[in-house]
Amino acid sequence: MKILLIEDDAETAGYLVRALKESGHVIDHSGDGEEGLEMAQAGSFDVLVVDRMIPRRDGLSVIAELRKAGDQTPVLILSALGEVDDRVKGLRAGGDDYLTKPYAFSELLARIEVLARRKAPEAGEAVLQAGDLLLDRLAHTVRRSGKAIPLQPREFALLDYLMRHKGQVVTRTMLLENVWNYHFDPQTNVIDVHISRLRAKIDRDFAAPLLHTVRGAGYMISDDLS
Amino acid sequence: MTTLAKLVRASAFRLAVLFLAFFALSATLVIGYIYYSTTVLLSRQLNEAIETEARGLAEQYAAGGTVRLLAAVQQRAAIAGNDLYLMTDASFRPLAGNLYGAPAEVTEAAGWYEFSFRRVDGGQVSERQALARTYVLAGGFRLIVGRDIEERRSFQRVIASALFWGLGLTIALGIAGGLIASRRLLARLDAMAATSQRIMAGDLSERIPEAGTGDELDRLALSLNAMLDRIERLMAGLKEVSDNIAHDLKTPLTRLRTRAETALRQGNSPDICRRALEQTIEESDQLIRIFNALLSIAAAEAGAARAGFAGLDAATVASDVAELYEPIAEEAGAVLKVEANGPAPLAGDRELISQAIANLIDNALKYGLPEAAGGHRGAVNGKSAKSAKSARAAGREAPGEITVSVAASGDSVEIAVRDHGPGVPQAERERVVQRFVRLETSRSRPGSGLGLSLAAAVARLHKGELKLEDNSPGLAVRMILPARHG
Repeated sequence: MKILLIEDDAETAGYLVRALKESGHVIDHSGDGEEGLEMAQAGSFDVLVVDRMIPRRDGLSVIAELRKAGDQTPVLILSALGEVDDRVKGLRAGGDDYLTKPYAFSELLARIEVLARRKAPEAGEAVLQAGDLLLDRLAHTVRRSGKAIPLQPREFALLDYLMRHKGQVVTRTMLLENVWNYHFDPQTNVIDVHISRLRAKIDRDFAAPLLHTVRGAGYMISDDLS
Repeated sequence: MTTLAKLVRASAFRLAVLFLAFFALSATLVIGYIYYSTTVLLSRQLNEAIETEARGLAEQYAAGGTVRLLAAVQQRAAIAGNDLYLMTDASFRPLAGNLYGAPAEVTEAAGWYEFSFRRVDGGQVSERQALARTYVLAGGFRLIVGRDIEERRSFQRVIASALFWGLGLTIALGIAGGLIASRRLLARLDAMAATSQRIMAGDLSERIPEAGTGDELDRLALSLNAMLDRIERLMAGLKEVSDNIAHDLKTPLTRLRTRAETALRQGNSPDICRRALEQTIEESDQLIRIFNALLSIAAAEAGAARAGFAGLDAATVASDVAELYEPIAEEAGAVLKVEANGPAPLAGDRELISQAIANLIDNALKYGLPEAAGGHRGAVNGKSAKSAKSARAAGREAPGEITVSVAASGDSVEIAVRDHGPGVPQAERERVVQRFVRLETSRSRPGSGLGLSLAAAVARLHKGELKLEDNSPGLAVRMILPARHG
């Protein structure tokens, strides 16, 4: 996919450009807000990654300008400011996700891919499917190979989030933010334990696991039955 | 500025002068009114008395003409008193009466006159003032009927001098009082200014003198001193934090560096490099975690989050966090129980309160489990076994149980996390809330020593407090926050 990175720190930008290219993406880079805005308006990108503090034009104002012109390209904001109201300000300016520095590259990549996929208008699908696993969002039921699997409400929400991002890596932080709505660090591997509980319910009695651990990044649910 | 100029410029003095001016004005008005009304009354009485006298003489004149009048005048003048009579011929030569000669002020015309005359009283001659009415009779005779008004004049003089002295004294005393009051005030304010100068020069232990009178200046001094206490504590905290940061961040940074160096030295095997890099990432994640915790504490202490406070139910917030930790508690062989006696409304920041509760639960899981349940706190075995037994004997929860309770009562909401681990010794309870402070027994376990500090900072942000108590056995951490009504 085509990504525009607006980041003024040359070393960070150089590293991100290389790493994103290695992940199979096409990436353009700009070092300041004015140029970045022009590039965003001229080209058609799948995702914009915008640093908050960049020269000539503030990152938030770049986003606000794009949104004013009706541009709905998903934007991931990068910032050293991590307080809740900084995040709220960023999302209010039109950002779609907010990542606080310092971050792991796997986290950035997972979020970019989730954002890019979201560009296609989210179908209000009532039933999500991964392999032989079916999740009915209206009836609040989960079945695998026709067998009903009872889930706790939070386990259901967790599975729902994973299935909405089928085939994409979802990080622990993304789960904590989107399923629990917490933006702090829980110090311990709480998410891993929730995942293993969920896994015990949806994968244990079946031959092919659907919920995979992606080393160093997070988790992924896929159709892949191999 | 000279002392006097300073005194005069003092607001207390200006206030005193203002009051004085009002007081003097009202005193002048009152005395002036008394003077005016008594003078008018006295004049009217005087005029009436003179006219009555004149009417009496007029009757005599009507009855017996000039001769009879003359006799009556002579008779009346003989009586000692304040009444004055004089009858003269057309050329003002006195014929009868107790006035020695017509006063110079009296002219041809009949009417009212005021003049001075000499009065002889037992050989004493005094110059006095009189008011009289003159009548012109047939044949050019004149009759002067009057009264000695010296007494009225002296009454007026008394009033005037009362006014003069009264006002003079009031103003003098007022100015003196204003000066004294402003000097006292200035002395206290100067003391305050001097203290703040010394504080600005760097001595934070200085305090503004309190007079103990409980007046407004004292109240000001009290609240300024309370502020200084807080600043001093913050400064001390800041210093401790920087000392601790120096220690607690330098240690992992040194480890990080050593590891990279070792890998470089040993370094041809890709496996060794890979392992070193993985450890480097782990170590930097731990550093980032400490930084984030410090920033959260700083944010809670700065108080800016108060702007984003919203209505919350502490019971829901606590059970949500407990739900997040429940599986990991189970994995650690413990039971995480939530007890709530209904909704507990408060105004606060959901994220920070959740984080504080998360820290307390995380602490309880890391340090608050007895050995038998898989805990690791460095408790003496015998003691731990005994405490578990006593807990069971008392009919309390099993030792591996962690309780999160929320209770709303009156003006406060209490969120408490209780464990049955080895607890924290009484002497250490205050210290462990400070940043980076960890018990010796827990040093070997992972952790930053910031969890309780954050919880305490969050409690303070919400104008509440964090209390560490004995759960006999174990530790009870109670976060007491003000409830929200309506």
